[in-house]
Amino acid sequence: MNPPAGESASVVARQPFTANQDPLLRLKVEQVSYAYAATDRSAPKFTLGPLTFEARQREIVAILGPNASGKSTLLRLLAGLVKPLSGRVEVDGAEAGDLDLRTRAQKIALVQQESELIFPLRVWEYVLQGRYPYGRRLRFESDEDFLLTGKALSQVAADSLRDRWMDQLSGGEKQRVILARALAQQPALLLLDEPTQHLDIGGKVELLRRLRQLADENRYTVIVITHELNLAAEFSDRIVLLHGGKCLRVGSPEEVYEREMLETVFEAPLEVEIRPGGRPRVIVRGNH
Amino acid sequence: MRPLTPRRIVAICAALLGALFIAVVISLRMGAYPISISDIIMTLFRGTIGRKDEIPSEFWLVVFGLRLPRIALGILVGAALSVAGAGFQALLRNPLADPYVLGVSSGAALGAIASLIAAPHVAGAIQVAAFAGAAATIAAVYFLGRRGGQLDSATLLLAGIVAASFLSAIIMFLMTTLSGRDLRGMAFWLMGELSTSPSIDLRFLYFVLFVALGAIYTTSSDLNLILTGEQEARHLGVNVNRVKLVVYVAASVLTGLAVSVSGAIGYVGLLVPHLMRMLFGTDYRVLIPASAIGGAIVIVFADMLARTVVAPTELPVGAMTALVGAPVFIYLMRRRVR
Repeated sequence: MNPPAGESASVVARQPFTANQDPLLRLKVEQVSYAYAATDRSAPKFTLGPLTFEARQREIVAILGPNASGKSTLLRLLAGLVKPLSGRVEVDGAEAGDLDLRTRAQKIALVQQESELIFPLRVWEYVLQGRYPYGRRLRFESDEDFLLTGKALSQVAADSLRDRWMDQLSGGEKQRVILARALAQQPALLLLDEPTQHLDIGGKVELLRRLRQLADENRYTVIVITHELNLAAEFSDRIVLLHGGKCLRVGSPEEVYEREMLETVFEAPLEVEIRPGGRPRVIVRGNH
Repeated sequence: MRPLTPRRIVAICAALLGALFIAVVISLRMGAYPISISDIIMTLFRGTIGRKDEIPSEFWLVVFGLRLPRIALGILVGAALSVAGAGFQALLRNPLADPYVLGVSSGAALGAIASLIAAPHVAGAIQVAAFAGAAATIAAVYFLGRRGGQLDSATLLLAGIVAASFLSAIIMFLMTTLSGRDLRGMAFWLMGELSTSPSIDLRFLYFVLFVALGAIYTTSSDLNLILTGEQEARHLGVNVNRVKLVVYVAASVLTGLAVSVSGAIGYVGLLVPHLMRMLFGTDYRVLIPASAIGGAIVIVFADMLARTVVAPTELPVGAMTALVGAPVFIYLMRRRVR
């Protein structure tokens, strides 16, 4: 959802140079760094960044890197859940960490591994929760909220699941419903933390294809953490490659996928070939 | 899809209030002095519209003087414990949470006893001390129930059960060593009963009840999201820390309030919210008012049984609730493990 006219005007006033800024620019990560330590006084255990990249409307950015490379921390920074030590994360011109909770939830949706439900919940009730940022306290859901809940469910082809219980869904179905709740937030920026983790190959392809379609049709900007190098190459516009908290490279898949670099980062014998369409493909180099 | 509307909540509450009225009338009927249902209703009606002089004096004494105050106390205690239970279940994301099981009631009882020893004649001191005991116990159980920075369901319950038995031991120690003092009976603090009328104006206690219920109710749509997951709730714009603080304080107030006048009645906070969820769904916007009224009904019935099953001897009302509550707790726990 675009900010109302008044809000964007104030953003322009704060930043005189936005006149020549790309109007489709949605996310701007500028020299962002972060560090965390066991206690306030001890030396940082882990540092991230500094990193810089941008994402426009309709773009999918994949964040790649081995475990403990800082992917989830980066996603939390983008979601505005933690503030960077230095630098800025801007979503539609506003700093993510400064937004009040509800405004932030109207702009940014974050999909993580979901918590265990302790009381049974129907799929539609779950998706309807995505409308929370638009309601006042205790306000009962409006017809519009129900309409948008239904729309979100059809965007992920889950209309038929509407009255099912959440705990009776398969892994793939559940992933779609969780995505539907994020879509019900009508966010500008959709952040996904390893959404492909528990899906089989068919489910993974279907999910990424759907994200591609949603980004194209609804102008979402999608940032996705994944371990699927080939699917990332196939479906994303931009890759951010992290290793040990450092940003090694940002660019299109063909710019980032370089054999030596991937081999160093993932510590595996790999080979990169460029397919006819220009997209790279990574294969594991065998001994034969 | 069956959306929850204010009209549906009002309808549910009206139906439950009707059931509560029936429970109250039946309970007023029970006792040594025989009085017919029609006489009870006539007495209640005339008493409510202020025509006291038209009521036979013995009816007035039995209904308004003896039986109704005890029922009013039961309604207060039932509503407070049930909503405290529903609050703790959301706060701790644990369906087995209940003020009694978690030791919070014992903490409140210990606080109340301490105030009876230290300041026996200060009005309201017992309520404040019971609240402090409840709040301290739930905080301790919360921190003992964490493993690796995360709240662990089983560890939390174990911490609560151990806290309850430890605090009960201290209560027994105090009761035994200070047996000469006017501290009420051991059964009162450990099992709960409604036969002792409070030393403080009931209207004030009801005022506190409604303030605490209202405070929890303002967080009810936030609690729905917190039950789905704290992280997720945060992402959806819920101010999780503020909500948890409100529920923590209000549920402790409710537990302290109930325990200060009735002792530690168990399992109501577990039974009633679960029953209401089965009947009306898990949405806290309906669950909180439904639990308040449902808890009142349960206590009114339980106390009626406690007064009558072995009459003229009285059982503690907590024995009645535990007889039903403990098996239900086991059932819920086993269903969860499966």
